[in-house]
Amino acid sequence: MKSKTFLIFVGPSVFMMFLFIAAPLLSVLWQSFHVTQPIYEQVEVETCTPGLLGPVCTTEMKTRPLLDEQGKIRTETEFVGFQSYRNVLEPEKLREAIDSGSWRDLMNIRFWSALRFTLAFTMLTLPLVLGTGLLIALAVNNTVHRIKGPVIFVSLLPFIITPVVGALSIRWLFLGDGILTAGLERLLDRDIAMFAQAWTIELMMYMYRVWHVAPFAFVVFYAGLQTVNSDAVEAAIIDGASRWQRLRYVIIPHLMPLVIFLTLIHLMDAYRVFEEIVGFSASAHVISLQWLTYEFLLQDGTGARAISRASASAILTMIGIAILLGPPLRRVWREQRGG
Amino acid sequence: MSNPALRQPIGLKILSNGFLAFWCLVASFPILWIAVMSFKTPVDAFDSNPFRVIFGPHTRDTIGGISLVDIVLGLLLAWFLIRQAILWLPRKVAEYAPPEGSAIGWLVGGGAYAVVTLLLFSVALPTVLDFLNPLLGPLGSNILGLTTGHYEAVWVDRGFTRNFMNSMIVTSGVVIVSLTVGTLAGYGLARSDSLVAFWLLVIALVFRALPHSVLVSGYLPYFITSAEWLRPILGEAAPTLYGKPWAIIAVLVAINQPFTIWMLRAFFQNIPAELDEAAQVDGCSQFGAFRRVIVPVMWPGVITTGLFSFLLAYNDFLVTSLLLDAQNMTMVPAIANMFNRETTASDEVQAIAAAVSITAPLFILVLVFQRQIVSGLTAGAVKG
Repeated sequence: MKSKTFLIFVGPSVFMMFLFIAAPLLSVLWQSFHVTQPIYEQVEVETCTPGLLGPVCTTEMKTRPLLDEQGKIRTETEFVGFQSYRNVLEPEKLREAIDSGSWRDLMNIRFWSALRFTLAFTMLTLPLVLGTGLLIALAVNNTVHRIKGPVIFVSLLPFIITPVVGALSIRWLFLGDGILTAGLERLLDRDIAMFAQAWTIELMMYMYRVWHVAPFAFVVFYAGLQTVNSDAVEAAIIDGASRWQRLRYVIIPHLMPLVIFLTLIHLMDAYRVFEEIVGFSASAHVISLQWLTYEFLLQDGTGARAISRASASAILTMIGIAILLGPPLRRVWREQRGG
Repeated sequence: MSNPALRQPIGLKILSNGFLAFWCLVASFPILWIAVMSFKTPVDAFDSNPFRVIFGPHTRDTIGGISLVDIVLGLLLAWFLIRQAILWLPRKVAEYAPPEGSAIGWLVGGGAYAVVTLLLFSVALPTVLDFLNPLLGPLGSNILGLTTGHYEAVWVDRGFTRNFMNSMIVTSGVVIVSLTVGTLAGYGLARSDSLVAFWLLVIALVFRALPHSVLVSGYLPYFITSAEWLRPILGEAAPTLYGKPWAIIAVLVAINQPFTIWMLRAFFQNIPAELDEAAQVDGCSQFGAFRRVIVPVMWPGVITTGLFSFLLAYNDFLVTSLLLDAQNMTMVPAIANMFNRETTASDEVQAIAAAVSITAPLFILVLVFQRQIVSGLTAGAVKG
């Protein structure tokens, strides 16, 4: 293909990605070092009220925002260096918490508790999703042909459901004396309130995520199982390999590229954990990094948005995902060049 | 499996099928359960006894329900209609619609069929049953409490219809634009082995990893003040981008672009390059070859990618909730907003009805496009 034709084909897509992904990234970087605030001025205001012996006047100093010709509040933007980052990271509180060795104090700083949850969420759900997906794939592969279609249909439901709605549907099963809470209470013979403390909410979020993504891992693994070399399996049987050994030494190595693929996708997606916080109304107990940025972007009581802090938190989130994706990506890179 | 060595011991079979049954229950239960809850009064919906939730005694006593005869006749009618839709409808469409207009034929046929179904269920069936039930004694008395009140409250009183329309505008816009732009790029990338193409794909992969909140923090200030900074270019007509559905469409298309071009590229690589080379030998330009040779055979891949674009736009919460205002809210942020106020139990069941309403189209989507979704999920993975 000639390079000019190539450019025409790719042009619109590249233009959109530049305008709506690359440019916002640069602007976020810029915003994170600048703060835009309304300009205030100090004015002496004299207020007079009619009194018995002529008007009584008082003067006082007032701060009011400066207006421009159209009556809008004038704002100024100034370079603040790493101030917004400091506001997000709160290094003084961090040092105090570390000095006193108190985990509770550390978790009271929103950024660090969000980081803690996001990383725990990403790392703990990863093996669960891969394991569950593989188990379902093996089970479907083993079963009779007739029921495979319906099973795949049912399995796809948790995957395509709107994340917020999916999280809500799990929440409603546990809400108040919802049937699952009631069932657990009968089983454990004690009173349970699933939404009263952080760790039960966190547990539900893990469960929800595994429920939501395991179907994806299942479908990918299932497709991989169809391409297992039957000669290799037969050779293993002749060599006397047990069922478990065949799985361990023939099938899983065959699926390894898919494991890497799923790991990459899962790291990207689980690190973005956000909808669970909305669905389970968890923000008072647990928050994630994306939620932190989201919270800064929402209007506060005075209608202002903490754009600069949001940008700083967004940049920090990005640095996190870069560090997280580094090892698996490097591995793929090396394999690509080796192959 | 013919190989006797591969035959499985009975214990393993039971274990594996048992696990499968358990998974199917886990996968479908929450969705089925909220569907059941959405038809009950709050008292029944949040009862701790599952049988009271299913049968809804409180709903039956206070509002009403359906009898055994209703259930049997309703199921029979549904079964008959589904059968006709599978066997009879395709024949009629093929008979009346010309082959080149089969898409329009399906649209008209399917639409007419949907209207007839709706009329049968909402008018004809209730009339017959109102007549039958009193005659049948115990068989005709209500056993299952059921109310559609929450759906009415959500769709009529709370204006969910408007949210639904907004969702449709945003989703269809995203699907159309994203496929148009992505198809061109995917084709270009599949047919080029230059270094530029390689790096574009790598950069797209990096963009795929970005959390969406990062991008939204980039847009938000510019979207709010856009009337000011667009004025020098567009004059007085400069719009405020914040809250505009078409601005959201552009944003979602761009966010979705990395995934779309990767997927479409994989599909285009499956179409042999000899096809367009042959067309070029016959005197077509590259565009002519694309239009005459590739476009007719690309639809399976494009439909699959379109499904995923649809899911992204339909399911999005983060972007739509931050960049749209209340009038243009789509369904998903709207349902999340139902919890901001002091929620009563009846608000909660209304939210459940809204949740089921959001899920229903997705359910139909999987029903119709199961094969395409599966092939789309595996397309990227198996090729590596």
